Amino acid sequence: MTDTIKHSLMFAAVALLFLLEGLTDWSFFSGSWNSSLVILNMGLISAIMALGVNLQWGFAGLFNVGVMGFTALGGLAVVLTATPPTPGAWSAGGPGIIMAMVMGALTVVAAVAATRFLPRGGLRALLILLILAVGFVIYRALFDPSVEAIEAINPALEGNIGGLGWPVILSWPVGGLLAAGAAWLIGKTALGLRSDYLAIATLGIAEIIIAVLKNEDWLSRGVKNVVGLPRPVPFEVDLQNDPAYVEWFAGFGLDPVLGSTLYVKLGYTLLFTLVLLVLLWMSQMALKSPWGRMMRAIRDNEVAARAMGKNVTKRHLQIFVLGSAICGIAGAMMTTLDGQLTLGTYNPLRFTFLIWVMVIVGGSGNNFGAVLGGFLIWFLWIKVEPMSLELITLLTSGLGEDSGLRAHLMENAAHMRLLTMGLILLLVLRFSPRGLIPEK
Amino acid sequence: MDFLNAIVALTNFVMIPAVAYGSQLALGALGVTLIYSILRFSNFAHGDTMAFGTMITILVTWDFQSRGIGFGPLPTALLALPLGIVATMALMLITDRTVYRFYRAQKAKPVVFVMVSLGVMFMMNGLVRLIIGTEDQRFTDGERFIIKARVFKEMTGLREGLAIKTTQGITVVTAIVVVALLFWFLNKTRTGKSMRAYSDNEDLALLSGINPERVVMYTWLIVATLATIAGVLYGLDKSFKPFTYFQLLLPIFAAAIVGGLGSPQGAIAGGFIIAFSEVTITYAWKKVLGYLMPENMGPDGLVQLLSTDYKFAVSFAILIIVLLFKPTGLFKGKSV
Amino acid sequence: MSEPFLIGDGMTGGYGKGPDILHDCTIAVNPGEIAVIVGPNGAGKSTAMKAVFGMLSLNAGAVRLGGEDITRLSPQDRVVKGMGFVPQTSNIFTSMTVEENLEMGAFIRTDDITETMEQVYNLFPILRDKRSQPAGELSGGQRQQVAVGRALMTKPKVLMLDEPTAGVSPIVMDELFDRIIEVARTGLPILMVEQNAKQALEIADKGYVLVQGRNAFSGTGQELLADPEVRKSFLGG
Repeated sequence: MTDTIKHSLMFAAVALLFLLEGLTDWSFFSGSWNSSLVILNMGLISAIMALGVNLQWGFAGLFNVGVMGFTALGGLAVVLTATPPTPGAWSAGGPGIIMAMVMGALTVVAAVAATRFLPRGGLRALLILLILAVGFVIYRALFDPSVEAIEAINPALEGNIGGLGWPVILSWPVGGLLAAGAAWLIGKTALGLRSDYLAIATLGIAEIIIAVLKNEDWLSRGVKNVVGLPRPVPFEVDLQNDPAYVEWFAGFGLDPVLGSTLYVKLGYTLLFTLVLLVLLWMSQMALKSPWGRMMRAIRDNEVAARAMGKNVTKRHLQIFVLGSAICGIAGAMMTTLDGQLTLGTYNPLRFTFLIWVMVIVGGSGNNFGAVLGGFLIWFLWIKVEPMSLELITLLTSGLGEDSGLRAHLMENAAHMRLLTMGLILLLVLRFSPRGLIPEK
Repeated sequence: MDFLNAIVALTNFVMIPAVAYGSQLALGALGVTLIYSILRFSNFAHGDTMAFGTMITILVTWDFQSRGIGFGPLPTALLALPLGIVATMALMLITDRTVYRFYRAQKAKPVVFVMVSLGVMFMMNGLVRLIIGTEDQRFTDGERFIIKARVFKEMTGLREGLAIKTTQGITVVTAIVVVALLFWFLNKTRTGKSMRAYSDNEDLALLSGINPERVVMYTWLIVATLATIAGVLYGLDKSFKPFTYFQLLLPIFAAAIVGGLGSPQGAIAGGFIIAFSEVTITYAWKKVLGYLMPENMGPDGLVQLLSTDYKFAVSFAILIIVLLFKPTGLFKGKSV
Repeated sequence: MSEPFLIGDGMTGGYGKGPDILHDCTIAVNPGEIAVIVGPNGAGKSTAMKAVFGMLSLNAGAVRLGGEDITRLSPQDRVVKGMGFVPQTSNIFTSMTVEENLEMGAFIRTDDITETMEQVYNLFPILRDKRSQPAGELSGGQRQQVAVGRALMTKPKVLMLDEPTAGVSPIVMDELFDRIIEVARTGLPILMVEQNAKQALEIADKGYVLVQGRNAFSGTGQELLADPEVRKSFLGG
């Protein structure tokens, strides 16, 4: 059996899981096409994220555990691009915030310049401190009133700067750009550090990004959530009220509610598949290009690559920015799919480490592997809960209905997810470290 | 008088909490730094190790409480702590046997170890949530305060009160005892010295007949002890919530790196640097400045540099600055 | 002639699965003797010593210590059998004090080590003065003394030194050689790889000249120094 057939069969097997989810309610399957499509849509997004992480890890060996931060920036992009502008927000606080930002940037530039051009010594340290302190005071003096002004506008619904009111699809590339910008800043400082320092730095920066988004209500409404984001597909209610659609659904033997929900979800599926295919194609081209070969050469022997005159740090920065941009795009897509930005739910276990499990299980260094891992692990992530409920029922069947242990386990079965994901990761790392579809 | 009031307010709201928090971070960072210097990787599962040890301690505490066993004015959890430590030790040894040893034999790259520790982190995290759930748990009992603010005010006649919580006192005392014991062990005992030798020069340690598996075993036992104590102290002082413990990983790493990964002295210094920065930068200075400044010049706002939600940002800003200017940390750590 | 105390007999082998570096190479040393391995760069001098110490696997030949075949033992087990080895680099615990370095050297011993430590201090008096200083803060020559002292702490039956004078000044080199002679006078056989062939052969009871992993010449130090061919090819005339 050639590798191609083997790998196609793997994809077919995962596809079968999704088909069974729609077709049968046997065991942990739900027998609902809606559920199948929900998982599939998120699976597509997960696959894209895995593609981005694989670009960094598989191609270049960069250990980025800040995926969550880039995903959240993608979400922010949706708010800033697609929501309608908040009336009066810009005039109330816009100039102040921009001036504060400029002031902040100037402070940093001045401090850096002082570090660069002044002779070392206590005087320089004092001056730098002074620059930072004065800069900070001015920044806060400009920033605080503007923020207050913005947050005072209709706080129940808005209270943030609002967006540009552009079509939501445009927010996806914007999400990529935002993430790329952040990645560039991070890469400039953290790349070139040892591998586990980079991991810790990215982990921390992701937390900081989330903290900023959660607290700067004027920007993203923080934990108050932004709901009712515009969608690239029609609303179910509109379809149900449109006789033409209702008739069309009836042609398939579907009632209006089922038809409309499936129709909307399929719309997302189509859009996401398109994005995934484009990104996958680009990643494959990159992998096969001289650039991709150079990346892998650097990954395998950094010293030799450096000795051959390759600018390793610069190449790393490139790929770090690209991979993070892909995560940003996926993040924007996810927020679009959810129709809301709920920063309170961002959690590194789900948004960073799960993606890593996908890449490792799928096969790091192989784009198809990452995509396969994305689908498979996402499916399991959703299905581990019903699976473990069944398992617990089976294991504790001797304990009787009113057993406290059984009730406790049933109640906490949701946490089996983390346990299982950890186990899968450890088993794959141990017994099949190259993943399901290994690098060629 | 105003000056004294300012000092008391500063001590009450900044110094005491920061010293307690710093002690907890230092104990956590010591665990991270020991693993780094002996096993040579950054253990992402450390926060969850702390959570596991604390969880066992809490369960035992509840059991003791239900049987009416108490520790007088001190929290019952201190009685339960040894059992928590033993359970964590067992978990560490099992994890090492089933997971890490394989990669040690293979001489895997540090980044593989880090990845593996992610898997362990997931599993421990799941285990803790499975057993105790995700909710906040308070398990502090006994006397709440060593000094109450009201009593202090009456004693001194100052306007500002000074309160020291029992848990803060216990934290500091325990931390001092534990650190003293640890340094005695590392510097004076044969096993401790062999650990330092192994960390310093693995090949030469092998040549000297030091058994690496034994060194690794002792490391895990010590790490289990440190992690459980750090976790229980933090839980007593604040509260126990699995996710909070996972997040503690960030300031703990920051402390270990700022001090210099692999340097025990550095881990302690780093713990206090991080704690003091977090507390001072997120503290609202209005009160203290109000006492110090002339009557009519007192500040209007809170004079809080950053909101408390940014405390992680503070630790990481410090981390990044140290990494940029002194990559081996303040005390010379080791780089692999 | 009876079998030497330590002998690497007809050793053939290389690192891992790589090509053979040693070809039928024989090295031996007897109590009270200093045996020196010299030769041009890349001749396999250090490799020969590492082979004796068990750091590479032999395809042919054997290593015997006091008549016992130890060919299959790991380096750690050879230490237990009585071999003391001083690597060329990273041969001390830099972050630990001189005394702790010596203690770690004696890690496998369970008996009282104070006497051995006293002997080491008598041999290297400077170490006694610096006993509580971190070894990493010492000078190059002093570090080498710590390294040799550490190896002596196991009370080895044979001492092996891999280029002990690498990177130290000529004066320090002379002093180190003096110390090594002193150690040898206690009856301890010493096997040593040296870059400074001339000086090393002057103190050697036995010399082995290796060329491309083979024994090219062997004999007493004086014989080799007198041999015109040896002089011509690597002693610079």
